[in-house]
Amino acid sequence: MNAIYDLIVVGAGPAGLAAAGSAAQAGLKVLLLDEFMKLGGRLLGQLHQEPGGAWWNGIREAELLVLGAQEAGADIATGVSVTGLERTDNNGWTLWTTQGCYRTPFVLLATGAAESANPLPGWTLPGVMSIGAAQVMTNVQRVRVGNRGVVIGMSVLAMAIMSELRLAGIELAAIVLPPGNALSGKDSNPEAVLDSLLRFANLAPNAMLKYGAKFLQNSMLRNLALNLYPKQGIRMLDVPLQLRRCAIEIVGRDAVEGVLVADITPRGEPIAGSERVVEADFVCIAGGLYPLVELAAVAGCPFRYVPELGGHVPVHGENMQTLLPGLYVAGNITGVESAKVAIAQGRVAGLSIAFSAAAEKAPGEAEIKDAMEQVKLTRHEALIQFHPDIARSRAKLYQIEIV
Amino acid sequence: MSYGRIEHHPVLGPLPPAATLSFSFDGNNYKAREGESVAAALLANGVRTLRLHEEHGSPRGIYCNIGHCMECRVTISGITGVRSCLTQVKNGMDVRSGTVLPSPFRQTTEAERSPSL
Repeated sequence: MNAIYDLIVVGAGPAGLAAAGSAAQAGLKVLLLDEFMKLGGRLLGQLHQEPGGAWWNGIREAELLVLGAQEAGADIATGVSVTGLERTDNNGWTLWTTQGCYRTPFVLLATGAAESANPLPGWTLPGVMSIGAAQVMTNVQRVRVGNRGVVIGMSVLAMAIMSELRLAGIELAAIVLPPGNALSGKDSNPEAVLDSLLRFANLAPNAMLKYGAKFLQNSMLRNLALNLYPKQGIRMLDVPLQLRRCAIEIVGRDAVEGVLVADITPRGEPIAGSERVVEADFVCIAGGLYPLVELAAVAGCPFRYVPELGGHVPVHGENMQTLLPGLYVAGNITGVESAKVAIAQGRVAGLSIAFSAAAEKAPGEAEIKDAMEQVKLTRHEALIQFHPDIARSRAKLYQIEIV
Repeated sequence: MSYGRIEHHPVLGPLPPAATLSFSFDGNNYKAREGESVAAALLANGVRTLRLHEEHGSPRGIYCNIGHCMECRVTISGITGVRSCLTQVKNGMDVRSGTVLPSPFRQTTEAERSPSL
């Protein structure tokens, strides 16, 4: 059993890398583990233009964070999966991994998020993948996922990745809604989808959509727009956004050959007789993100269901500490937000742990407070607000749960 | 059908240089780029079906590409259930797909026994 580390960080995404860097900087002996072969987590696939026009390239951002963690002295291992986490008697933790067992007083879970699926018939055919899978293949592995695709699900994440696929020269035949069922819920209702898209109108790449969105804040105009919405969709980056069409089934014998779609009413009911097959050789299912919390559950962490944060989250304070001694969380495991927020949260976690461990160069309380303020500021300035009530639901979580 | 690689990217630039490796999938030889995943190398070579479902034999490929869904599991150097999306391809790697396994204790359902199927 290896017991030389003060802190083991699980997940080398934006939160884990930032935390490992700040904790090692404060003098802790840190080990950072990730099961992927490259460091950076889901930062790696990100590629978008900031309001000023500069490109946010996740690969480069990850390199900077890796450099920071390495220079601070953190040990980093890739291709290692953490399979178990258990509290030991003397307020420490035992961590089981695919490369042996570790004992450590502090653990930070920075496992990120996973994609929810909206299953539909045919979704197990080769060529069907989550939209995040297509993002990683395209931007990280640089492999073409196919020649012509259909995206099922219309969300801000889907739009962002759609534009990344277009940038790489991948053709998309259409974006349609998922079929209405208990799992897709509101995602299959054009009214609800339009409402959620309007919140992200500032991301629209073209002025018409941007100003159009302003008009549509009026609910009467919005209903009119939904009724008049062209069945063939409105084109964005050369991709028809088909708000009034849903996927019924993915068709193909040994792999994806197309998607059976149907026109739908403004409330999402399929219109009989409107079914047709859109030819495609790949399909991306965009179902949204939820916090990846298994290790926190295995560890025995209390949870709260907070829909604004993407689902069940381990109860934690603003200093990123859970209710279990020595166990901390940071990044999307605490709620789905942007990578910049995750980085800021990682810094808070790294500093809080160093403080709690009375590390050699431990930060003062003022420094931790500053780092917490930085999280709020970053959240406020975030380009993509995954949910309008994030700030409020976070404040509620921190106030009520941690006394 | 070959899908290939994104050689030129308007923002990320040209594909960075990488050594070429050889590996095999079900006995067929393929080329890969050093540092990529087994799943990526296979997809770049046009291979989408990574296994047949153990029970039904339906074809399966990658789904989540981040090691969460287990859909891309293959056998590598005799070890079963390895996630090809998380495994870095190595020179000379012997990758095998999964196939239908016997399920002697499975009870057929009423629907499966009905002649309408």
